Amino acid sequence: MRQIAVYGKGGIGKSTTTQNTVAGLSQAGYKCMIVGCDPKADATRLILHAKAQTTVMDLARERGTVEDLEVGEVLLTGFNGIRCAESGGPEPGVGCAGRGVITAINFLEENGAYDADTDFVFYDVLGDVVCGGFAMPMREGKAKEIYIVTSGEMMAMYAANNISRGILKYAHSGGVRLGGLICNSRKTDKEYELIAELAKKLGTQLIHFVPRDNQVQRAELRRMTVIEYSPEHPQAEEYRILAKKIADNRDLVIPTPISMDELEELLMDFGIMESEEAA
Amino acid sequence: MSTTIKDTQKMIEEVLDAYPEKAKKERARHLAANDPSGQCSTCKVKANTKSRPGVMTVRGCAYAGAKGVVWGPVKDQITVSHGPVGCGQYSWWARRNYYNGITGVDTFGTMHITTDFQEKDIVYGGDKGLDAALHELKELFPLAKGIGILSECPVGLIGDDIEAVSKRVAAEFKIPIVPVRCEGFRGVSQSLGHHIANDTIRDYVLGKGKLEKSTPYDVALIGDYNIGGDAWASRKMLEEMGLRVIAQWTGDASVNELGIATKSKLNLIHCYRSMNYICRHMEEEYGIPWEEFNFFGPTKIYASIRKIASHFDDSIKEKAEKMIEKYKPMMDAVVEQYKAKLEGKKVMLYVGGLRPRHTVGAYEDLGMEIIASGYEFGHNDDYNRTYPVMKEGAVIMDDATLYELEEFTRRLKPDMVGAGIKEKYSYHKMGVPFRQMHSWDYSGPYHGFDGFPVFARDMDMTVNNPSWNLIRRKK
Repeated sequence: MRQIAVYGKGGIGKSTTTQNTVAGLSQAGYKCMIVGCDPKADATRLILHAKAQTTVMDLARERGTVEDLEVGEVLLTGFNGIRCAESGGPEPGVGCAGRGVITAINFLEENGAYDADTDFVFYDVLGDVVCGGFAMPMREGKAKEIYIVTSGEMMAMYAANNISRGILKYAHSGGVRLGGLICNSRKTDKEYELIAELAKKLGTQLIHFVPRDNQVQRAELRRMTVIEYSPEHPQAEEYRILAKKIADNRDLVIPTPISMDELEELLMDFGIMESEEAA
Repeated sequence: MSTTIKDTQKMIEEVLDAYPEKAKKERARHLAANDPSGQCSTCKVKANTKSRPGVMTVRGCAYAGAKGVVWGPVKDQITVSHGPVGCGQYSWWARRNYYNGITGVDTFGTMHITTDFQEKDIVYGGDKGLDAALHELKELFPLAKGIGILSECPVGLIGDDIEAVSKRVAAEFKIPIVPVRCEGFRGVSQSLGHHIANDTIRDYVLGKGKLEKSTPYDVALIGDYNIGGDAWASRKMLEEMGLRVIAQWTGDASVNELGIATKSKLNLIHCYRSMNYICRHMEEEYGIPWEEFNFFGPTKIYASIRKIASHFDDSIKEKAEKMIEKYKPMMDAVVEQYKAKLEGKKVMLYVGGLRPRHTVGAYEDLGMEIIASGYEFGHNDDYNRTYPVMKEGAVIMDDATLYELEEFTRRLKPDMVGAGIKEKYSYHKMGVPFRQMHSWDYSGPYHGFDGFPVFARDMDMTVNNPSWNLIRRKK
């Protein structure tokens, strides 16, 4: 069983990319599971064709304690046998969503959600690693492999670098490794080259460049992955390629995060940001 | 430097030798040989700093200080321990703050309420549960004059907005709802909790009480928590000398009493450590002078009565002298009865707020000698008040560790140790007579004329109890 966590800036397309990739993996014959680690609980919508109604925390809240739950109540099966769970959690601004992630993952583990014949478990984690809770999937005995979804936009790259810092911290305590950057294209200038260079600087690879295509949007409106909605579409093939690359990936590294100055320098080298002298 | 100071310093160094270098250096700053003259520069301890990890400090936390000490005894207010159940459970009336009233009807001192956080409250926030708890409390206890919300650690971590809940519910109930941000991880000991509690009294109730009429003899008794009835013993004396106690903080106190102290002519403070903040505030804002006093043992009682009386006119001074005259024979008789049995006995103290210095006089009245004394959570101003009342060469300890206490006991061979519940049973096992000096070991009062005979009896029955002979004393 390989446990994989997907991180990246909020809104970058982590959930879409994860679900499409997992759909690709399942079609290739792998048994997969997705654990959504975001209180919004929308990490499994495209697989389940509906927003998960019973998240671990919401049900624990209703029952009183998480001990009163059965794993079958929160582990749902969607497209192509993919199993899905959502941690759930509070509305923005109250409580502690991080604790919700910790509780939910512990619950799933303790109650045997990860059975022996599962090939891949994917954790889809909220945008920023703001506290210990959101680093939970990286801790010892959980995901050993991280993929960062990014784009050529500066803030997405900035977030990717920050997440690398988090991975570096857990690399020594929990043995977690960076598997690569996934570029979810925003069609910014020289995007491929820029992210390939960023990946190099972080000591990793650009594992796949996912082009921008409105087919993703069309599929999402129907609550489906592209792979399910239009398996013959070129975009579906992109996700299948990404799935295969991940399945075959053995290039797992301890990242080498860069400083803010270095990151700005990189953007200047690519002419994205003008240097102060030029401006 | 005198030889007694040098001898004690040598003894302290020997005790510290067991520590690793860094711990030794750090702990050395918190232990000193006393110099009452204040000339010896190395005879001062460092205080109010973070405890060293691993040394088994007996300190409490900010919640303990705010809830257990200051707010807890307020009798007609309901105190809600907001968070998981343990903090509320283990602080349940631990300090024996006596009060008058019908519990569960108009007073709530021995009743403890908790919002009993579960996992879901951490994740989804405890605000709604708190709101529901407050409404249930209002329905169950309509005579409550206020509700205090005492934050436990998780509330501070998850950022629950207890101030907003308090404000909304206070407007609805028309009683003070006091949010107290006393999360246990704040500060280095329970001391910060006292300060936080003082600040909330200032912000939510002070100056808001009703007092029908004022007299020139109105005083407030501050920092007496009525442990075993202490405040009642003190109040009786103040009244007998012609003063009117308009507020008693916070032992047997009502919310209204917290509100009207600003109308007092003089604030009398017993536990300086836990309530000096509010006295200073009332001095600055309302121009009310404050005076420290000590009602342990006849010597200190007489001096304190005269000091208090000096703030008032001759009628008070006369009544004060008359009162001293009246009780002196009784006090003399107590001394005569017990001194014979206690003379020359050596005492080691390790307590909290005021007792490490305030009880010294009472022991000395009985002919006993304090050979070591220390505070769990004192500040520099506490120690500065302590050095002069202690003998030269006595050991002064700050935030002492269990090892240090045991080792000092082994070397100094006190006839009695007065400390808290955490130390009590290790001393019992060592076969050393021990008195729990936080809650008077389920006895009291120890304050005032009523208290001294009880104090003397208790010390005699501790030191001279034949059962100690049945335990082989650890060599």
